[in-house]
Amino acid sequence: MAETTATPARPLVPVRDLAAFAVLALIVLAVFLSQGSVYSLRVMVEAACYAVLTLGLTIQWGYAGLFNVGVMGFLATGAATSMLVSYPTNPDFWNSPGPALVAMFVVKLAICGAAIWLANRAERIGFHRRLKGLLVTAVLIASFVVISWHMTHMADVIESQAGWVGGLGLPVILGWLVAGLVAGLVAWFVGRVCLGLRSDYLAIATLGIAQIIKTFLKNADWLTRGTLTVSPLPWPVPTPANGDFAFARGMYLIVVVIVMALVYLALQRAYYAPWGRMMRAIRDREDAAAAMGKDVTARRREIFVLGCVVMGIGGAMLIHFAQIYDPSGFIDLNHTFLIWVMMILGGAGNNRGAIFGAIFVYIAWTISEPIALWLFHTGAAYAHAWTGWNPPSDLDSRALQMRVFVVGLTITLVLRYAPRGILPEPEARH
Amino acid sequence: MNALVFFFDNAILSGLIIGAIYALGAIGVTLIFGILRFAHFAHGDMMTMGAFLSLIFAVLLQSMGIHSPIALAFFGMFPAMAATALIAILFDKLFYKPLRDAGARPVVMVMASVGVTLMLQGVLRVFGGVSARSMYIGSPKAIFQFHLPDATRPIVLTEPQIILFVFTAVTVFALHYFLTRTRLGKAMRAVSDNPDLASITGIDIRHVVWATWIIGGALACAAGTLLSMDVALKPDLSFNILLPIFAATIVGGIGQPYGAIAGGFLVGLCESFAVFNWSILLRPLEPMFGVDFPSSLAIVPTEYKLMIPFVILIIVLIYRPTGIFKGKVL
Amino acid sequence: MSLLSIDGLTAGYGQMTILRDVDMALDEGEIGVIVGPNGAGKSTMLKAIFGMLTVTGGSITFDGTDITGIRSEKLAGHRIAYVPQENNVFASLTVEENLEMGAYTRRDDVSHVLDHVYEIFPDMKDKRRQPAGELSGGQRQMVAFGRALMIEPKLILLDEPTAGLSPMFMSVIFDRVIAINRTGVTVAMVEQNAKQALAIAHKGFVLAGGQNSYTDTGQNLLDNPEVARSFLGG
Ligand SMILES: Nc1ncnc2c1ncn2[C@@H]1O[C@H](COP(=O)(O)OP(=O)(O)OP(=O)(O)O)[C@@H](O)[C@H]1O
Ligand SMILES: [Mg+2]
Repeated sequence: MAETTATPARPLVPVRDLAAFAVLALIVLAVFLSQGSVYSLRVMVEAACYAVLTLGLTIQWGYAGLFNVGVMGFLATGAATSMLVSYPTNPDFWNSPGPALVAMFVVKLAICGAAIWLANRAERIGFHRRLKGLLVTAVLIASFVVISWHMTHMADVIESQAGWVGGLGLPVILGWLVAGLVAGLVAWFVGRVCLGLRSDYLAIATLGIAQIIKTFLKNADWLTRGTLTVSPLPWPVPTPANGDFAFARGMYLIVVVIVMALVYLALQRAYYAPWGRMMRAIRDREDAAAAMGKDVTARRREIFVLGCVVMGIGGAMLIHFAQIYDPSGFIDLNHTFLIWVMMILGGAGNNRGAIFGAIFVYIAWTISEPIALWLFHTGAAYAHAWTGWNPPSDLDSRALQMRVFVVGLTITLVLRYAPRGILPEPEARH
Repeated sequence: MNALVFFFDNAILSGLIIGAIYALGAIGVTLIFGILRFAHFAHGDMMTMGAFLSLIFAVLLQSMGIHSPIALAFFGMFPAMAATALIAILFDKLFYKPLRDAGARPVVMVMASVGVTLMLQGVLRVFGGVSARSMYIGSPKAIFQFHLPDATRPIVLTEPQIILFVFTAVTVFALHYFLTRTRLGKAMRAVSDNPDLASITGIDIRHVVWATWIIGGALACAAGTLLSMDVALKPDLSFNILLPIFAATIVGGIGQPYGAIAGGFLVGLCESFAVFNWSILLRPLEPMFGVDFPSSLAIVPTEYKLMIPFVILIIVLIYRPTGIFKGKVL
Repeated sequence: MSLLSIDGLTAGYGQMTILRDVDMALDEGEIGVIVGPNGAGKSTMLKAIFGMLTVTGGSITFDGTDITGIRSEKLAGHRIAYVPQENNVFASLTVEENLEMGAYTRRDDVSHVLDHVYEIFPDMKDKRRQPAGELSGGQRQMVAFGRALMIEPKLILLDEPTAGLSPMFMSVIFDRVIAINRTGVTVAMVEQNAKQALAIAHKGFVLAGGQNSYTDTGQNLLDNPEVARSFLGG
């Protein structure tokens, strides 16, 4: 068993990778030539953001076999956090009782958290098991009442006196980093609950947390203006306010590519380091790894949190680029399942595969919209000409649903016929 | 008294209604979980598909000139249940069995079911559109009011709700009979309990897998149809209904059909109690306490309804991961 | 001609070969006992006979038919039954349901077989409505045993039926094995309690390191000083 998880010899010339990226370069070139640089740069920036998100996912699934169906939630958490950190301040808020209320809220949260933590350990300070159950229940209910009451009150005051809390006006890059941290924090809680249990539970829990985060962001008017949206989000480089889109987007692309390269290099190192080897050992032979005394659950939590940190950063970059923060815009299809397709098609567990898959699939995704519309309109026109059938009025929105089908089909086909993707993981699974 | 009737209508009754839907869905999920050993993410969309099929059959019945005092969709539901069951088996053959035979890990099966759910979603919305529709074609929805002696407010029950309760009760008995009295039903429990021993014993796993999909598919269709008859046929149900159904499954213990039923009602009632405006019930007591209750006193706002199954799920996972009925899988 | 004959069997788990060139033959109506140290491959041997492993060499013939590579689901049709070492009952099913599952492959009326099993294990009759998971270890072993008898097997493969049982219960189980054998069922049994087991065996096989080192009648093996020294603990 020792040799099966040993560091593989890296091939001198990764032929397959070179070929794949050469094809990708040709595709990108074709996009630039046919669509012009302003549009193409937009696609490339978004593709690079998706590449970061995919890198976050590939370590969770590829390195550790964790099934995260809530990428959207972590992406949205990152986006909202970064928006709050970097958006200009709202003076109305700072002149209202709002800050004091928020501070009190944080204090109460901390107290409740500590109380719950203590109650869960009540037996160590001499409580009987039954009594502990009662105590935990009581503390949970009390915390809930305190927190939710305070939150309602705080939301009312802030909304009526200041609209919303506004941002902190700090640098964007800082916002991205905090985005990663907060997304990681959420992941830590989810991981704490689910990672010791069977793998499906994580999928269910992440699905749930993503829906709840989205609901929260849509309704928390006091915090993020809810569905009213926040714009314009600042950029770490000059925004195209003066009209020079190509230059501004080019600069943004450089920043995103640097982030992507940093994440890639860090993950690449980790993959070949003892840590990465241990992760793969756990993934492939969980029982054996556990028998060797590895704390499987703790290691998994590490990688789950790390993946979500990366997703938080990727999500922040993606939303900042759009310049508008709109919680209704977080969609499972675009922000979870599309990323899954990118990852498994590119090759789970292969960082280059993740980048390749993200760019390739994102380009395919952007051109699929006009193609789907064209197909449906042409089909409807022929059907009308031949049979007199009148297409439904919502043909366009239906045509776009075809893409949902294709995403699903791709997932099932890849799982069945090419489970290792286009660029397989450097080291074979066992 | 009016307040009590209001409470009964809006908290208990509505909780039982949605609970019955969750229960019907969770029975399938728990059987699939127990026997095929993965969380079936396509269950929500299978429900929607079933509802669509029922509507199609109802329209067919109508076009054949059939009328009835009971909604046609209800009669359309039975062929639709058969069709959904067949489609479920077909999906198994196409998407899950090849992975199973290749020895895929359960979590890969989960992912395949996510792929299936997206395909279903896409197809349903391409052909069915994205707007809500009514399942009541032709006849209007019958509404029954029961007046209590001391109250001006009636207890309100609609036709689909009565159908739902009757159907759920019949299902529970039929399922119990099937699982405890028939050869195949016992074999299903045996496979769920100990698959290795089941194959040593010579139990034909194929039959058991088919039975699982037939029950799961048919009940998903029924749940989807009855829910759509009660509210409306909405094609965007999938993930929103999936979470409470999974919560019900895990609360009840994986592989435990009775647990799933209990879990379904528990989650349904918790949901409706949580969003119920308790001040209506408490206001008549104001003089007793000598305080004014705020005009809205729900435990969570309606927008956060989805929190309830999630919180239940988390609490169960933390404190009792085997579920309240002691499910078999960790 | 032997009922069960194994020639040059080589088998293992995946790439790992455990059994190498093992021979074994049992005549109809015999009790054959396989003994050997832990990890010798005794359980593996039974699993290989019962079609649960890939056989890479040799052949297994039962009742004149080659059953090498026939999967376990099909072997009930050949009237071979197997009782695994662990997890050998359906814990959430009642005792009676466990027995009924044993007869799953039969479409005929099995009530007489059920009565027969209750005759052999009278305790089971009282407990027949109780979930098997609630029984004691020895009682479970009997349920597992009974489940295997439901196909009225010609050959029954038992993997350590006395593991973890008290000495008193152990002799009860051996009693039952003899009783079943008297009704004409051929028994192939793996045992840790080698002395008692060999005492009731018509044939004994000593398995060590994946190969059979001794084959003889049970009594001869017990009397063989070398076997006694290395495998029976003096
Ligand atoms: N499922 C398995 N996969 C891989 N190797 C296995 C498996 N089961 C057993 N082995 C290996 O096969 C060898 C023989 O195991 P086997 O269970 O046949 O021993 P045994 O003689 O029955 O021992 P015991 O008396 O402890 O039951 C052991 O080295 C064991 O590690
Ligand atoms: Mg053994």
